Amino acid sequence: MNKYTPIIGLEVHVELKTKSKMFCDCPADYFGKEPNTHTCPVCLGLPGALPVPNQQAIEWCVMIAQALGCEINRFSKFDRKNYFYPDLAKGYQISQYDLPFGKKGEIKLKSGKTIGITRVHMEEDTGKLTHVRHPELVSGSQNAPSEMLKQVSVEDYLSRGAQHDKLTLVDFNRSGVPLVEIVTEPDFHNAKDVVEYLQSLRQIVRYLDVSNADMEKGEMRLEPNISLSTNPDKLPNYKVEVKNINSFRFVEKAINYELKRQEEILENGQTPPQETRGWSESQNGTFSQRLKEEANDYRYFPEPDIPPITFTDEQISTLKKRVPELQVEKIARFVKEFGLSEYDAEIVTREIALADYFELAVKKGEAEKLSAKQIANAIINQKIDHGTTKVEKLIAEISSEAKVESVDEKELEKIVERVLADNPQAVADYKSGKESAIMFLVGQCMRAIGRKVDAQQIKETLINQLAK
Amino acid sequence: MKINIAHVAKLANLPISPQEEQKFASQLSNVLDYIARLNEIDTTNVEETSQITGLENITRKDEAGKCLSQKEALSQAKSTHNNLFAVKGVFADE
Amino acid sequence: MNNLTVAQARQKLDSKEISSVELTKSYLDKIKQHNDSLNAFLTVTEDLAFEEAKAADKRIAEGESTPMLGIPIAHKDLYLTKGVKTTAGSKVLEDYVAQYDGTAVERLKQAGVVMLGKTNLDAWAHGSSGENSDFGPTKNPYNKEYVPGGSSSGSPAAVASELVLAASGTDTGGSIRLPASFCNVVGLKPTYGRVSRYGVISMASSLDSIGHFTKTVEDNAMYLQITAGHDPKDATTPPIDVPDYTANITKGVKGLKIGVPQEYFIEGLDPKVKTIIEKGLKWYESEGAELIEISLPHTPFAIEVYYIIQTAEVSSNLARFDGIRFGNDRSAFGDEAKRRIMLGTYVLSAGYYDAFYKKAMQVRTLLKRDFEEAFKKVDVMITPASPTLPWKLGEKTNDPLAMYLSDIFTVHANLVGVPGLSLPAGFVDDLPVGMQILGPHFSEDKLYQVGYAYEQANPVWQTRPELNTKY
Repeated sequence: MNKYTPIIGLEVHVELKTKSKMFCDCPADYFGKEPNTHTCPVCLGLPGALPVPNQQAIEWCVMIAQALGCEINRFSKFDRKNYFYPDLAKGYQISQYDLPFGKKGEIKLKSGKTIGITRVHMEEDTGKLTHVRHPELVSGSQNAPSEMLKQVSVEDYLSRGAQHDKLTLVDFNRSGVPLVEIVTEPDFHNAKDVVEYLQSLRQIVRYLDVSNADMEKGEMRLEPNISLSTNPDKLPNYKVEVKNINSFRFVEKAINYELKRQEEILENGQTPPQETRGWSESQNGTFSQRLKEEANDYRYFPEPDIPPITFTDEQISTLKKRVPELQVEKIARFVKEFGLSEYDAEIVTREIALADYFELAVKKGEAEKLSAKQIANAIINQKIDHGTTKVEKLIAEISSEAKVESVDEKELEKIVERVLADNPQAVADYKSGKESAIMFLVGQCMRAIGRKVDAQQIKETLINQLAK
Repeated sequence: MKINIAHVAKLANLPISPQEEQKFASQLSNVLDYIARLNEIDTTNVEETSQITGLENITRKDEAGKCLSQKEALSQAKSTHNNLFAVKGVFADE
Repeated sequence: MNNLTVAQARQKLDSKEISSVELTKSYLDKIKQHNDSLNAFLTVTEDLAFEEAKAADKRIAEGESTPMLGIPIAHKDLYLTKGVKTTAGSKVLEDYVAQYDGTAVERLKQAGVVMLGKTNLDAWAHGSSGENSDFGPTKNPYNKEYVPGGSSSGSPAAVASELVLAASGTDTGGSIRLPASFCNVVGLKPTYGRVSRYGVISMASSLDSIGHFTKTVEDNAMYLQITAGHDPKDATTPPIDVPDYTANITKGVKGLKIGVPQEYFIEGLDPKVKTIIEKGLKWYESEGAELIEISLPHTPFAIEVYYIIQTAEVSSNLARFDGIRFGNDRSAFGDEAKRRIMLGTYVLSAGYYDAFYKKAMQVRTLLKRDFEEAFKKVDVMITPASPTLPWKLGEKTNDPLAMYLSDIFTVHANLVGVPGLSLPAGFVDDLPVGMQILGPHFSEDKLYQVGYAYEQANPVWQTRPELNTKY
């Protein structure tokens, strides 16, 4: 056994697909829009602007928490998380501190291992930063300098204290988009489990239809915190957080990279520094992200602009009813109710729409005496697109495929006799124990009949005759 | 009561000169000594009041409305670049 | 024309005796004459004012008669006014042109007021004297060597000197009531949440109250009629009906129970101020009101609670001023803003939160209970608005703590959210003294009723300053 145990926890941010932002009525669909066209006094942090929370976002956050088996706090509130960064318009993020909407949930992995969910809370997204070099300060720049940077003269730029030739550019279209943060206990010990957990989590928010969780668009962002422990009963005295990873593959790579890097440091008798690191695809590794203004005292306090949020038992159960049957539950039911294999059930439940399609097809297929298994096979093997293929059409296709004519027993016996007589070698082979010869004989019978008939029936007749 | 002005100023993102540091340290420690008198009051089991309206659950419907135009949004910025707000680089090194 | 009240101007406008354009011109002329020596206005919006006056005259000609239609007013420069410079009295925003109108500004605009300009203030509303303005202090119109009070300093000075008929203010710890007292005008701090805070630069979000100054109580009620009410853009404005604020104004005070909180008549109170307030109380008694001595036992700690909660919220609210999206960067903050930001940052920081911020929120609960108990026994309370007379410019500028203590009679109302009206009560050594009337939440109509009675019998407000153009 390795002398180090990996201790891994996860923070996941999921952007909700509400129509409007979290605290203002700007449209929340910022992706691919012209920069700074989806802003208002509230999300641009203009003087005097005040936040009013989005009811839909709160409900969806609670439903995510419920789907993860969390307790819902009856009394909850928003808090301000204070820190400075150019993408944070107000100089604080409205988040939740000591009273998140959900707490103490879990996700079960296939291995049976349970990952504890510490909390599920509501917050707002920040603007988006791009880091560029100042074109006029970079010799041989590909960019057309003066054209692009008309409003920032080099002098002005330098007078603002830039120590090197970098500029940070900010687009606030994303500022204020509703974000749900899901934090786990440090329950993972390997990267594979992390990926499985993430797949389940993504499945759940998609099932709930509250987020597309499109990684490439940044709708789901992953932040593992990783450390190595020599004493399984004690958490290590340091923690390395890798920020904003946007693919499951990278999260796996980043964790494995970190585990190796940290092990080397520990082997040298040192402790890895507690820090935030980034993932670089080109370097295929993590790198330290030291910020100029390092400050991690967030000075949380209750958001005075937003009255507290409370839930009655009735409201909580109403929301709970809106949480659909999730994939794990569906798989179990499909196996039990329809006799599907776990494998097939997993495939037909990958999307809630596909699972619904499957169930509808099963129901409609009953009239045609089609089994759920046949329908599942058809959907899986023929890669049926549930969006474009009508259920009726699917049923018709499966039925015609499956239709076999039965042959008159007497007629069949005659044909079998003839085929056996015509193929003495195959008969000899079969009798000498070469069982595969039977399929050749089945084929010969089929050809002789000239119609699509039940192969099983032919096979049985052949075996009977041969046994005589 | 002493106050570490340099640390607090850093947290608050305020540029402070050494002279200011001295001045503020003495002024603010006076104020802190005064407000520390609150410790004379017994507040065992007293709930906290952070708002006084007694309101709860004030939310808005999820409906999208009008935004500022890009021009209006950018109009008050000291420096912009390609319709983005521009600031000095934030990373110490990369 | 400048000696009119809003109510009188209303009559003359409706009867077409005067036009809004004439009224506007008359006030603008007086601003030109006296603003250099008073420094009450930071921005005068002459062209815009004439446009609005013409529009108001048109509406009047069409037969419309609403309380504030065609009335010249001014806004504290903490109110965002679209297309007009909004500085908060700070160099940070010296060239900031607001991109939108706040709710109160918008409601007044729709009601047809004529905005003459933006008034001076302690930068970010931090101060009690007006001296923290980055654009120079406002002078007290009754004696230009004295402070007008703050943080809303330009507004009461402008109303007192009749440069405008009414003007807006904000009150986070006394910033309307104290300067109203120092400038011999009527100032209302409404119930927290009665008037929307949207579009007024936040000082301390859980304490900020959006109010205004007028010469008389009736004028004050007419103004509140426009600004009060729920706003979907401010989640802290309760959906409580807005009553007719002038309906009960003449009802008098017979049978009224007036609380006299003993903690407000203490050693630090200037004996001459005390004499005037006591005289006022006697008058109420003579009119059939019952004076009841009460106690608000936690009052001596209100300032401490206030300077923790207020600075904590200030430190967070001023974080958005980073020079990226608007304004100058954080090096442009003045000393007082820096002090409050640092104090607030400190009381919220790791290791100090419980001892300061949490403790303050708990004592705030006790302060709230004090008022709840008191208002079970009395209808309103009467106290001095300030423990002292206006002081000389420069007298307290180097002693922040002394300056903070001038809010001692006003902060309690902000911490518990109740309304307060400051009313001209008399003069000492030719300097004004104000009386503060406090009531339960949403009792503004009652405060007006109580104030109006006193004002009718004791027209102190009519003693206007003798202005000269000397500095």
